[in-house]
Amino acid sequence: MKGSDGIPVRVRFTKLGKVRFVSHRDVARAFERAFRIEQLPMAFTLGFSPRPKVSFGLALGTGHESLTEYLDLELAESVEIDELPARLSAALPEGIDVSGACELADRAVSLQEAVDTVELQLRLVDLDSATLKGVIERALAAESLPITTTRKGRNVVEDLRPAFRSLVVHVDDDGAPVVHTEVNTRPRGLRPADLLLKLRELADRELGAGEDRVLRTHQWIERDGARLEPLEADRATRNATPLRVTSKGLTDDRRDNSGGQDLRPDFTDVEHADADFAAAESTAARRIA
Amino acid sequence: MREQMTDLWPRIEPLLAKVEKPARYIGMERGSQRPTHRPEQVSWLLVYPDTYEIGLPNQGLQVLYEILNERDDAAAERAYAPWIDLEAQLRANSIPLFSVDTHRPAGAFDVLAFNLSAELVYTNLLSCIDLAGVPVRSEERGPDDPIVIAGGHCAFNPEPLADFVDALVMGDGEEAVGEITEVLAAWKRGGRKNREAVLRDLASVPGVYVPAMYDVEYDGQWLRAITPKHPDVPAVVDKRTVADLGEWPYPKHQLVPLVEVVHDRLNVEIFRGCTRGCRFCQAGMITRPVRERPWEQVRTMVRDGLQRSGYDEVALTSLSSADFSGIDGLVADLVNNQEGTGCVGLSLPSLRVDAFTVGLASQIQKVRRTGLTFAPEAGSWRLRQVINKLITEADLYSAVEGAYEQGWRRVKLYFLTGLPTEMDEDTLGIAELGRNVVEIGRRYNKSASCTVSLGGFVPKPHTPFQWFGQNGVEELKRKVFMLKDALPKKSGVQMRWHDPEATFVEGIASRGDRRIGRVIERVWRDGGTFQEWGEHFNFALWMDAMAAEGLDPDWYVTRHRTADEVLPWDHISAGLHKDFLWQDWQSALAEHGLPDCRWTPCYDCGVCTDYALEHVVASAVAPAGGSQGTGQDLSFGAEVPVTLRPRGERSELAGAATGPTHSRKHSAAEGVRQ
Repeated sequence: MKGSDGIPVRVRFTKLGKVRFVSHRDVARAFERAFRIEQLPMAFTLGFSPRPKVSFGLALGTGHESLTEYLDLELAESVEIDELPARLSAALPEGIDVSGACELADRAVSLQEAVDTVELQLRLVDLDSATLKGVIERALAAESLPITTTRKGRNVVEDLRPAFRSLVVHVDDDGAPVVHTEVNTRPRGLRPADLLLKLRELADRELGAGEDRVLRTHQWIERDGARLEPLEADRATRNATPLRVTSKGLTDDRRDNSGGQDLRPDFTDVEHADADFAAAESTAARRIA
Repeated sequence: MREQMTDLWPRIEPLLAKVEKPARYIGMERGSQRPTHRPEQVSWLLVYPDTYEIGLPNQGLQVLYEILNERDDAAAERAYAPWIDLEAQLRANSIPLFSVDTHRPAGAFDVLAFNLSAELVYTNLLSCIDLAGVPVRSEERGPDDPIVIAGGHCAFNPEPLADFVDALVMGDGEEAVGEITEVLAAWKRGGRKNREAVLRDLASVPGVYVPAMYDVEYDGQWLRAITPKHPDVPAVVDKRTVADLGEWPYPKHQLVPLVEVVHDRLNVEIFRGCTRGCRFCQAGMITRPVRERPWEQVRTMVRDGLQRSGYDEVALTSLSSADFSGIDGLVADLVNNQEGTGCVGLSLPSLRVDAFTVGLASQIQKVRRTGLTFAPEAGSWRLRQVINKLITEADLYSAVEGAYEQGWRRVKLYFLTGLPTEMDEDTLGIAELGRNVVEIGRRYNKSASCTVSLGGFVPKPHTPFQWFGQNGVEELKRKVFMLKDALPKKSGVQMRWHDPEATFVEGIASRGDRRIGRVIERVWRDGGTFQEWGEHFNFALWMDAMAAEGLDPDWYVTRHRTADEVLPWDHISAGLHKDFLWQDWQSALAEHGLPDCRWTPCYDCGVCTDYALEHVVASAVAPAGGSQGTGQDLSFGAEVPVTLRPRGERSELAGAATGPTHSRKHSAAEGVRQ
């Protein structure tokens, strides 16, 4: 983080299983508690209510899973960065597993600005691979893919077509079709839910009883034609440490598995967190008497 | 067929994508447990019949959750009422109510144990039982169905729920849950035969009331008697009381929710019981005597709790936290000794109205002094004497002045309306207090403000006001709007009030008898759940149900009771003698206050003498600060049943049975008075 004397650190974590239903904002709160449980020497903001200096990457929608979420934090004094993943994982809910951490170079660009593309896996229930392949062919052939979505409470029509760089169907080990896509984060993040909706619209198959699933598998920073994993992109050269193989079997051997086009950030999947809090408050207010 | 203990998660999971705040249903809180259920164990599902956000912080439920899971012969999980959207999804997909810990079906547990903290949740209780796939009426349950138990403050008038709940536990549950477990374990070993017999066995556990074991006789509209059907069933069920809170340092691992809930912080109960004697307050009456937690244990629970939970705020909870012996020293200690815990906030709910309180608050809130709350409860000194909330105007104004002077900008005042003997001048006194408070505030800060929060008074069982005829809806509305008119916008006082119709319905359930059960069932069948929630409360449903059952709402709510009337809860005892309560009711009408027996001689309410209990406090001297603290007459010489706990007593957290080290208050108190 810019303009301070602390030690900037980047952390990578998963969000898998039941914990996928926890909102972005509540994940942030869980991290703040984890920092306190582990008594990390966090750097704090100044002012009346000092907060630990933490900055999250692109928000992940409630209900979506991810292998690669990131956050940047700032420490007031140094700790063993190697030990951070295990320490934080123990203090976080099951399914949020810190899989890597590194000290950041000074003046690293914030995650929100730095990440150029993300890769997603989509599982659409009740759609076989033949149907999906047809849908994807049509999606890729289309000049535009307009969708009505809400931004800041207003309905707007957006074109999804410029957002994705790749869109393919694979079949997983169990024979189920999985849509792999890499999408740009700029100029505006594509909401996976919107893409699911569009694919279903193209297939003319509404969602029935089941649930379509989204898994974020990679986030990439592009720099000088290279595609970099965010821990690698801005790692401080001093104190470089090997990354951890996690309980989920993750390593940092990430292949650049798709071609490049144009990009964009800001997954503005912002939670309705303030509204939630207001609701809890008004509940409390109702209970007087 | 008995429901199997299978994991319902795969069926619940796809539904959660379609509901609001799905993280309420996933469990996984820090501190939560995933018990394995062995067949010989008694499995408890602890259910809070309101939303997760309201229910999760409930300390009673968390305490029992830990105590049961520590036992070899028990396993406990939790459930909360699913919000309307999920309930609809569950019903549409034939999925029952489930535990959040391992997502097992509620019907597969041996016990469904409900926490009752408010009357308006009663319809939710029915909805939860039904959603569990269990018949809502006790009499229709068979050998495969769980035993339905309830506890909590509302259990002290069990009659409205008598048709639906198999057994109710009166008072502190820490010890009773173990004894109930033993009865049920024996029943399970015997093959779960004969539900009638196990209910009868439960009825002989002290503190347990089994409604089906009692006959109710009426004389027309009037209740004549509630009597046991069998000689081994107690005629009066006495509450349970944990004699020494120091032996129960729970919860040790407070649950840390993943979504925001009310009271979202570490809560440490510093004492139980209150003898201030506020006559409207059921909690104070039914939780006597005062039992303070040892100082050292409080510190340990705060330190360990913060470390384990990662919370940055702790509340020291009780019915009147400033009354804890040596609270100022404790607060100073907690504020100044925060080794490695970062910026820890401290909050003290339920504070007295006096300068001492403001002093405490200013120790705690060194920065960001926004709002401070006081509860004078009534608008005139006369009426405050009636309700025995002995706060003088001087107390209030000095507290408020202190608050504004020290930088607070907003003061919130809680009042009740519809109190016994209340006249319009008392109600309008609230407006005057509010305006004076604003005037004081403006001397220190131009933007000083004051909010008046007005609740409608509901007479509660086991209080001196249990005989009082509650104000009707129209009368309450009249008072609310009269006060509203007296507080125009330019007065600088904002006013909020509780819905008088909800207050009225609360009154039906609060002092209702067994016949009210049919009303509750009817309202539930007509879709009236989440009645605590303003947007779902439906007054017409209740009035229609009363009419359909041929019951007169005013007979239940607004009618004054007489001394000789049989009350529906006369066979339940919180230890308070009925003649003491009647005396206190007469004192109220005579506008006489009653001192706090912690620091003054015993007036024999019945609790300590009948139950051989004593107050457990560290100081025999009333705290300083204002008439509420020092205005009590300490000049009597009689003995007080109080156990003095030495300050700084070392008591290890785990199961320190430190009884013998207590010194008696008697000698120490005399020393103080000499």
